[in-house]
Amino acid sequence: MSAMAPARAVSPALLREAGHAAQDITTVTGRNLRRLVRVPTLIAFATVQPALFVLLFTYAFGGAIRTPGATSYIDYLLPGLFVLAIGFGASQTGVAIADDLASGMIDRFRSLPIAGSAVLVGRAAADAVRNLFVVSLMIAIATPLGFRFHAGAAAALAAVALAVGVGVAFSWLNLLAGLAVRDAESAGLAGLFPVVILVFTSSTLVPVATMPGWLQAFAAHQPVTATVDALRALCLGGPTTRPMLEALAWIAALLAVAAPLAVARYRRATS
Amino acid sequence: MGVVSAVSEDAVIVAEGLRKRFGPVRALAGVDVSVSEGRVLGLLGPNGAGKTTLVRILATLLRPDAGRARVAGLDVERQSAAVRRVIGLSGQFAAVDPYLTGRENLLMIGRLSRLGRSRSRCRAEELLQAFELDQAARRQTRTYSGGMRRRLDVAASLVARPRVLFLDEPTTGLDPRSRLAVWQMLSELAADGTTVLLTTQYLEEADRLADQIAVIDTGQVIAQGTAAELKSRLGGERLELRAPPGASLDRLADAVAGLGSGPPVRQDAEGSVVLPVASGARVLPELAQRLAAAGITIADLTLRRPTLDDVFLSLTGRPAARAPDQADPGRDTAPGAGAGARRDQSATTERDIA
Repeated sequence: MSAMAPARAVSPALLREAGHAAQDITTVTGRNLRRLVRVPTLIAFATVQPALFVLLFTYAFGGAIRTPGATSYIDYLLPGLFVLAIGFGASQTGVAIADDLASGMIDRFRSLPIAGSAVLVGRAAADAVRNLFVVSLMIAIATPLGFRFHAGAAAALAAVALAVGVGVAFSWLNLLAGLAVRDAESAGLAGLFPVVILVFTSSTLVPVATMPGWLQAFAAHQPVTATVDALRALCLGGPTTRPMLEALAWIAALLAVAAPLAVARYRRATS
Repeated sequence: MGVVSAVSEDAVIVAEGLRKRFGPVRALAGVDVSVSEGRVLGLLGPNGAGKTTLVRILATLLRPDAGRARVAGLDVERQSAAVRRVIGLSGQFAAVDPYLTGRENLLMIGRLSRLGRSRSRCRAEELLQAFELDQAARRQTRTYSGGMRRRLDVAASLVARPRVLFLDEPTTGLDPRSRLAVWQMLSELAADGTTVLLTTQYLEEADRLADQIAVIDTGQVIAQGTAAELKSRLGGERLELRAPPGASLDRLADAVAGLGSGPPVRQDAEGSVVLPVASGARVLPELAQRLAAAGITIADLTLRRPTLDDVFLSLTGRPAARAPDQADPGRDTAPGAGAGARRDQSATTERDIA
C-alpha cells in the first residue's frame, strides 16, 4: 500500500519510523540503566573499580614515574585512567549481550516489531550514561588528590565528552564480541584482553618515549594512545586540534567496523 | 497462490517443505504444517525432533534452507517485520530479565510492542492478575520460582494480544498447579480466536489443548490428526499385566491374545505383558475370566493411557525418550530393555497421579 503512495507521503512514514525507533531505544536504555544499578557486578564495575584505579595508580606508581614537563603524575595519569576504567567496564557489555543471547532475551526482542539496531543502540546508550558517571566519579576522587583541569571549562567538558565517545566505540566492539563468541565468560575475556593490551602499550600510564623502539612504533599508532593524548591535551593544555582529529578518526573507524557487523550478527542471532 | 489456495484460504500458519540443517545435523527435513484461524496445533515430539527449529523459522528468528512459510498471509522471510506485528513468542527458556520486576518486564514488552504508556500499564496489570503474579509483581524475577518465571514468560508473549501465538514447550519444568494455570490460559485464548502453535513432549498436553496434533520426529511430520484420530491409531489404552516372578510370559500373552485392539507385547525385563485395548474397563471382566480359566495369577495390573512413548513406538518402532542424534542405530527397531523398564515405571506413576 505504501509503495503506491506518492513520494511526499514517504517522509511522514519515515518520521514515524524514526519516532518508533527512538522510543524503542529509550525503552531498552531504561532496561539497561535499571540493571546498572541492580546487578552487583555492574555496580562494582561502575564505582569500586574506577575509585581503585585512581587511588592505586596514584599512590603506587606516582612516586616512581617521572612525567614529561612539570605536570604532576595525577594530572598526567587521570585522562588515561578514564580510558582504562571505561575499557574495563565495557567488557561487561559483551557479557550482558551474550547472556541475553543464551537466556532467550534476544529471541524475544527479535520476535517484536522493533528496529534491529534498537537493542544494541539502547545498550550502548546506557553504557554512555554509566561512563559519564564513571568519569565524574574519578574526577571527584582525583580532585582532593591534586588533580586540576588546566585548559579551562570548555576543554574539560570536551575531555569528558571524548572519554564518553571512546566508550561508545568500546561498547560496540564488546557487543560484537559478545554476539560472536556467544558465551558470557568468553565474552568477558574477549572484551578485556584487547583493552589490557592496548592500554599497557599506550601512553595511558607511562610516556611512550620510555618504551623500546619497536613498541614505540605500535604505541604511537593505536586508538588508545590517540585518545589518551587528545584527552591529555584537553586536560593539561597545549595544541588540541591534531590529537582530537586523530582520536575522533579512530573512534569513527572503530564504530564504522564494529557497529554494522554487530547489527548484522544480531539480526541473525538466536539462542 | 491459485493452486494452494484451497489449503491456505483460512490457514493462518502455513509451512511448506521447510528444510534446515545445522552443519551435519538435519534439523528439518521437509516439514509441512497448516493451522486454521483460531485453531491450536500441538507439535508433539521428543528432544531434538526439530520442534524448536520449526518455531524459530515461523517466528522469523531463523531462515530456512528451503521451503517457505507464511504467517497471517505474510512471508516469514520477506515480510518478517510485518509478521512480528502479529505474533507472540514464548521460547523454550523463560526469557525474562532477572533484574527487572515482573511488572517492569511486562511494561518493557508492552512499550516495545508499541502499546503506549497507559495501555502497557493496563495490559501488564491484567496479565499479572490472570497469571496470579500480582502479589509478586514488584519483585525482581530472579527471586521467582521456575514456574512463576515461566508464567511471566507466557504472559509476556501475550502482551500485544497477538493473532498468532508460538509456544515452545510452555509447561516443561512446571509443577502441576502452574501447568494447569497455563493450560487454562491457553484454552481461553484459543476460545477467543487466537491461532496457536505449541510444541510439547507430553501427549496429555497436546490432547488437552490442541485441535490438531502433528507428531514430529527427526525433522519430519510422521503423523497428523486430531487427538482422537491418533489415539484410535494407538488403540485407546494400555493394559499392563505383571506376572509373578518365574511365571511364563508366553502363557500370559497367549491367554489375553485377541482381547485387545492389537497383539499383546511381551516385556521381558519388566516381567510383564502389555495389551493395547480400546477401553480397559470393558475388557476387565473377560480378562478376569480368561485368567481364571487358564489358571494364571498375576502380580499386578495397570491400566494407563498411551504415552508419547507408545505413540513413538507405534509410529516409528523406536522409543521417544532419546534424541535422534543420541540414538543407537542398532536399537532403532528394538527399544533397549532397560530404558523401557524405566519409562514404563514413570508412565505408571503419571497415571497414578492423574
